Amino acid sequence: MRTFGFPEFLFILEAAKWTLALSLIAFIGGAILGLVIALARTSENRTAQLLSTGFIQIFQGTPLLLQLFLIFFGAPVIGFDINPWIAAGVALILNSAAFLGEIWRGCIQAIPRGQTEAAHALNLSYVNRMRDVVLPQAFKIALPPTVGYVVQIIKGTSLAAIIGFTEITRAGQIINNATFQPLQVFTTVAAIYFVICWPLSLLAAHMERKRARALAR
Amino acid sequence: MNYQFQFDAVFAAWPLLLKGTWITIQLSLVATLLGLLVAIVCAWGKTSGPAPLRFVINAYIEVIRNTPFLVQLFFFFFALPAIGLRWSPYTAALTAMVVNLGAYATEIIRAGIESIPKGQIEAGRALNLKGWEIFRFIIIKPALKAIYPALTSQFILLMLSSAVVSVISADDLTSVAANLQSQTFRSFEIYIVVAGIYLALALAFSALFKLIYQRALNYPDRR
Repeated sequence: MRTFGFPEFLFILEAAKWTLALSLIAFIGGAILGLVIALARTSENRTAQLLSTGFIQIFQGTPLLLQLFLIFFGAPVIGFDINPWIAAGVALILNSAAFLGEIWRGCIQAIPRGQTEAAHALNLSYVNRMRDVVLPQAFKIALPPTVGYVVQIIKGTSLAAIIGFTEITRAGQIINNATFQPLQVFTTVAAIYFVICWPLSLLAAHMERKRARALAR
Repeated sequence: MNYQFQFDAVFAAWPLLLKGTWITIQLSLVATLLGLLVAIVCAWGKTSGPAPLRFVINAYIEVIRNTPFLVQLFFFFFALPAIGLRWSPYTAALTAMVVNLGAYATEIIRAGIESIPKGQIEAGRALNLKGWEIFRFIIIKPALKAIYPALTSQFILLMLSSAVVSVISADDLTSVAANLQSQTFRSFEIYIVVAGIYLALALAFSALFKLIYQRALNYPDRR
């Protein structure tokens, strides 16, 4: 029987690159879709508001695990061949889009109305109003909670282990099945996540404090 | 697309689904109550305990908040039994949820305590109120009001992430769904119905929390 040694540690550590790759996909996809959601939520179009609110309600109101299962088991139903990579990627993108969309909606609405009204008065189009006036200011407010949310995405990728995607948690399960040393294995797994996530959490908290100080002045 | 949806098998199992729903609610409520006890003690330790205690509490909060719930669950279910602590999937799941919620709720409660302006407590002393009277008439309501939104949304997040405990078969709603799925092979139908149940639970609880807020905490304050 194998014991938990350096090669086993390396096996789990190597799987971290898949955790990071999946997190990156989820963040980029979620950010693009999330921006659309946030803009739809703050627009004056009733249909866009309704659709984006429904999207957020559904994805924030159901467990991420079930979203993952529904895509993994549901894609074959509508005739798509699917592997754990795509299922995990799609589920995490949709879920992140709902949460980022809601975070960014708050940031867009935090920009004083006078700014939008001034842009209106200058006869700026919707695109100019958003791109040149509102979004650059909202971006500053959005940065700390967005960095904080990246930590949630990284932790969320662990659920992909359940449908057989070999990232850190799944690699830990594989090693645990071979060595039967769960204490060492899962402490290692937790430690790797901690090393990835903690600096991001500290960065988010630091940015938040800096912003609060800037506002207090 | 020529798939025949068959919901009969799912609805035939409604007593099982109902039982799973109840276990999910029960796990979330019990974990929240116990987690709040942990959090109150930790919040006290963090705001007014000695330095070594503060360090331990901070380490606990940071470790829990920066590792996935699934890994915490594996730790409690697989790792602790390896050093002699044997327990059922249900107890392991409940423990993992208590420990998880405790860390998040500590930060929420600490923020609530710190939100009470010092001047109000001093004003209470000036009016010759006793310690418990200050707590009862000055601190508790505004502190509760300050932490209420964060605490209730944390409860709903916990309830949704409790779906993860199905991987150790803790009898919750998602475990029931996984069992049904392996017996009937109607995975898509089952998971869509179960997702619907979770959505209904989340909406119902947030409506209930809103109602309680309007009845008990909705009074004008300075802000």
